[in-house]
Amino acid sequence: MADLLRVEGLRKTFTLGGPPWARRRVVALDGVSLALGLGRTLGLVGESGSGKSTLGRCILGLTTPDEGSVTFDGTEVASLRGRALLDFRRRVQPVFQDPWGSLDPRWTVGRSVREALDCFRIGTSADRDRRVLDLFRRVGLDPDLAGRRPTRLSGGQRQRVAIAAALASGPELIVADEPVSALDMSVQAQILNLFMDLRRDLGVASVFVTHDLGVVKHVSDEVAVMFRGRLVETGEVEEVMDRPRHDYTRALLAANPALHVLPAPRSP
Amino acid sequence: MTALLSVSDVAIRFAGPARPAVDGVSLDLRAGEMFGLVGESGSGKSTLANAVLGLLPASATVTGSIRLEGRELLGLPEEELRAIRGDAAAMIFQDASASLDPTWPVGDQIAETIRAHRPVSRREAERRALELMAEVGIPDPARRFRDAPHRFSGGMRQRIVIAAALANDPRLLIADEPTTALDVTIQAQVLQLIDRLRREHGTTVLLITHDLGVVAQACDRVGVMRGGRLLEVVATADLFAKPSHPYTRALLAANPATAPRGSRLPVIPPEWSVEALDG
Repeated sequence: MADLLRVEGLRKTFTLGGPPWARRRVVALDGVSLALGLGRTLGLVGESGSGKSTLGRCILGLTTPDEGSVTFDGTEVASLRGRALLDFRRRVQPVFQDPWGSLDPRWTVGRSVREALDCFRIGTSADRDRRVLDLFRRVGLDPDLAGRRPTRLSGGQRQRVAIAAALASGPELIVADEPVSALDMSVQAQILNLFMDLRRDLGVASVFVTHDLGVVKHVSDEVAVMFRGRLVETGEVEEVMDRPRHDYTRALLAANPALHVLPAPRSP
Repeated sequence: MTALLSVSDVAIRFAGPARPAVDGVSLDLRAGEMFGLVGESGSGKSTLANAVLGLLPASATVTGSIRLEGRELLGLPEEELRAIRGDAAAMIFQDASASLDPTWPVGDQIAETIRAHRPVSRREAERRALELMAEVGIPDPARRFRDAPHRFSGGMRQRIVIAAALANDPRLLIADEPTTALDVTIQAQVLQLIDRLRREHGTTVLLITHDLGVVAQACDRVGVMRGGRLLEVVATADLFAKPSHPYTRALLAANPATAPRGSRLPVIPPEWSVEALDG
């Protein structure tokens, strides 16, 4: 089966610092290759500075790599222009850690979701209002909340709105960068359930960028471990968790107390 | 046995909201233990911790009693509280850089903490600061003594803050989410450091965290807070083996790290969810 997403030999270097004597070069991605099949979920883990967010942004076409390619459904992302690029944006959608960044504070959240439908000209104009309410229900939000501004919602509700906006265009791939990291445990569980529903009901593939191996273990089919710009280990989640081969993966597993110290809850 | 820190029927209100931030909490910390106070946002855990050392803004009204080694802290004048902070009791926070002066060598900052409370010479304070830097695991401390905080990584900065907090051998260390901002591999190291130091110095630690994994790793006992109330206080082993409060049970079950892979995570009943508090 053809892969939905292929990343090959990606390299990206950033130059940090202001004046010439303070500048330093940081290799964010150093020859990264991976592939993801239709409807699959890939957990991308690593610590801060490992390059996982840069990889996510390259997949979204928001950052241009220095070398290598990102291919979505057989077409190289960097070559896309005009209508083809718009179509790519419709099919590949981001969800970020902080929904504040995705929602205009002056707009009602319903208008923000409607904007996504308008942008991609989905359905007729009259049809879109109904679709906004459907999307609210789809992500488990009371449609009455559509008339509120982001400040009048809780953090979990805002993240649901951001997910509704991402779903508006009917994407085939969602790149979610730490989508539950800022949420309390009780809210995080709800959002993780929502991601799993979307995969089951809509067959959406996702790249789940996170530093939390507990989350990866729970939602992903595959895992890719990043360390200093390189992929040091990839594989099926169970295989990597049970038999980590790379020292860094072992350190990451050992350091996550929740995976060892906490006993699994007994069935009620 | 007398408690090192005794919190009794403490309520804390802020000027605006109707609901008290902390609502009738009583709690005794035993000398030398590491006590974890867990809860989600809005549970009141940090507000309570800040109240102990008088760090709340003027808009807060605190009632009840907070005693450190028998001495009432509530209502103490600011200058007496300042004499206690950094001496008998110290506090560290999530963001280590906020606790450090960015323009000042870290060694001098630790030495200053000593000289603020002890009549020792500059030389003696610096010698002790150097020892502390070595003790918290700063490699090559003599060379790093004059470096400014930005020359250190996040984990190393938190070690510097811990060194300053322990400079005067406090009886009580309050640590508010000390590892939350750090990468997981560094988190474990910093927790192990706090644990080693409290064993070696007999310090009592009040650890504030939202992370049950951190509690499981480090604490002797744990108190679970929600909506300003302390729901239960239990030995850490019992919390995980037989959680008695329904909220604690729900919180444990919602952890993806321990739930069966790909299963539907049990959702915390609406009446216990964070969102129910202000809805």
